[in-house]
Amino acid sequence: MRLAIKLAWRNLIGAGLRTWLNVIVLSFSFVIIIWMKGIMTGWDHQAKTDMTNWEIGGGQIWHAEYDPYDPMTLNDAHGPVPEALAQGVESGALMPVLIVQGTIYPEGRMVPVAVRGVDPGQTILQLPAHRLDTVTDAIPALIGTQMAHTTRLKAGDRMILRWRDIHGTFDAREMEIVEIFSCTVPTADAGQIYIPLETLREMTLLNGETTLFTFRNEDTAVTVPEGWTLKTKKELTRQVDELIQTKSAGQSVLFGVLLLLAMLAIFDTQVLSIFRRQKEIGTYIALGYTRGEVVGLFTVEGSMHAVMAAMLATAYGLPFLLWQAKEGWTMPLDTSQFGMAIAQTLYPVYTVGLVISTILIVLMTTAIVSYWPSRRIARMNPTEALRGRLQ
Amino acid sequence: MRTKRVKLLILAGVLLAGMVQAQDAMVILEKVDRNMSSDNRVMESSMTVHGKRSSRTITSRSWGEGTKKAFTEYLSPASEKGTKMLKLEGQLWIYSPSTDRVIQISGHMLRQPVMGSDLSYEDMMDDRKLSDVYTAKVSGEENVGDRRAWVMELTAKVTDIAYYRQKLWVDQERFIPLKQDLYARGGQLLKRTEMGDVRQVQGRWFPFTVLYKDMLKQGGGTEFKVTTIRFNDKIPDYIFTKAALKQ
Repeated sequence: MRLAIKLAWRNLIGAGLRTWLNVIVLSFSFVIIIWMKGIMTGWDHQAKTDMTNWEIGGGQIWHAEYDPYDPMTLNDAHGPVPEALAQGVESGALMPVLIVQGTIYPEGRMVPVAVRGVDPGQTILQLPAHRLDTVTDAIPALIGTQMAHTTRLKAGDRMILRWRDIHGTFDAREMEIVEIFSCTVPTADAGQIYIPLETLREMTLLNGETTLFTFRNEDTAVTVPEGWTLKTKKELTRQVDELIQTKSAGQSVLFGVLLLLAMLAIFDTQVLSIFRRQKEIGTYIALGYTRGEVVGLFTVEGSMHAVMAAMLATAYGLPFLLWQAKEGWTMPLDTSQFGMAIAQTLYPVYTVGLVISTILIVLMTTAIVSYWPSRRIARMNPTEALRGRLQ
Repeated sequence: MRTKRVKLLILAGVLLAGMVQAQDAMVILEKVDRNMSSDNRVMESSMTVHGKRSSRTITSRSWGEGTKKAFTEYLSPASEKGTKMLKLEGQLWIYSPSTDRVIQISGHMLRQPVMGSDLSYEDMMDDRKLSDVYTAKVSGEENVGDRRAWVMELTAKVTDIAYYRQKLWVDQERFIPLKQDLYARGGQLLKRTEMGDVRQVQGRWFPFTVLYKDMLKQGGGTEFKVTTIRFNDKIPDYIFTKAALKQ
């Protein structure tokens, strides 16, 4: 085997530019596959972290009537804090949120919104709720950058908020934007307005009522009361998993094309080598090599393209991949309109598993592609091969 | 002792005057209700929604019986032609010819605007008499155009009502509301309705134009014009059935 590697190395170096072209193309595949898979892992990581920090915490308990995709359910989706959860709320392990429908009128435009009542003292989410604890004659409110962009609102702006109380009677008051926060989770930003929980309860005559509870920790053990539904973090982030799975499937096609191009070059090289080195093959057999050993020699030679490509990819790819992990990749499109928790700049995350699996896949594919044309050697007549006759 | 008696008499007088005024206000409101409600009516009308940039007009024919039953068929524009609406005992169904389906508008969907107008389905549905849901008092007199009107303050006496307070200008001679301001519980003016072109039809006064305006929103409001109206006409029973929606 050692001799085979030595011979393979010499032959590859001896082939000069042909070898280097193959190695360069294959090294591109290495770097691109690792980078793109890293971006996907980074997105998955960022989306789930941001959702945890800005919206879902360690999971949620929803009122049975609550459906985030149907704002019409909001008017019925509330109930008093169940006894089983009261202690969790008291200790700060659970954060109650009341959500009602409302309408704001910035500059005379009618904009339907979901008004979320949150405790200004909450520390479960990164939402700057403490800014709601302020003295103003209007209702203090927080909105996200995306909401501010679509409604053309800025901090300090005032407008009328209209809502209905529990009996369906209209009420309206002036509201002041006390701060605009920046987050990448559209469901926590677009069409959402955050005001103090007790103010919202008072406004809607829903004293002590709640639409959902957010857990501080994922492993909080609670008994889910009747009329409420537990939504684990895994369930709440399922959409991200599904999207990333779909995107990954799309990416696999690209990886396949990249590998196909590289493998085509290696296959050609192998076919050419066997054709041109028939005398050499005959000599090996004459020297006592079995046919299998000669096939192995050529397979090792072909596979060494992948080893050299991995080394070359490390040489120029490693600094690039590290630089990307630090600086991130800023997407040329405005991601706020994607409707998913996606940051404008994605930071790739490379795991050991990702690197090893990529290397193994490329190595194995190269080995198969190298072995495939080498099988012809086994069918060669050694005497004819020694004479260098075409077979 | 004598001063105390005089004070008590004055207080009783003020209270009595207040009660009489409230009673008078309720009488006015009942007269308004008598003019605006009828056992049944058949009407052709147009509704023009004045948007920020453009306006669009929708014409319709409607049949109504008391406050519980109503049927409307939209006649134009082409996009709305054939759409029908049936209100029966607090329930509302809509038939759309493009989908050939009847759907029930219920719950919170009733709070959506009707065809982009300033009126919600709920506004259309709430045909309860003013005197049934509001207490009233006369707060003054004003001219609305060239008509002398009482200014009335209405406060809800039931809980399930969209507008907690109303201000109503009632024609002193014809007992027709000429203007109506609808307020939120907190006192914010939300909507304004202006009635005009008051004509006498079959012995009762009725406004032939009504302008609804959402006071918080930009735009010219929604103008409702009655083309023809007949009261106490004979309406076939099948009109107020779900089967009539698909006919």
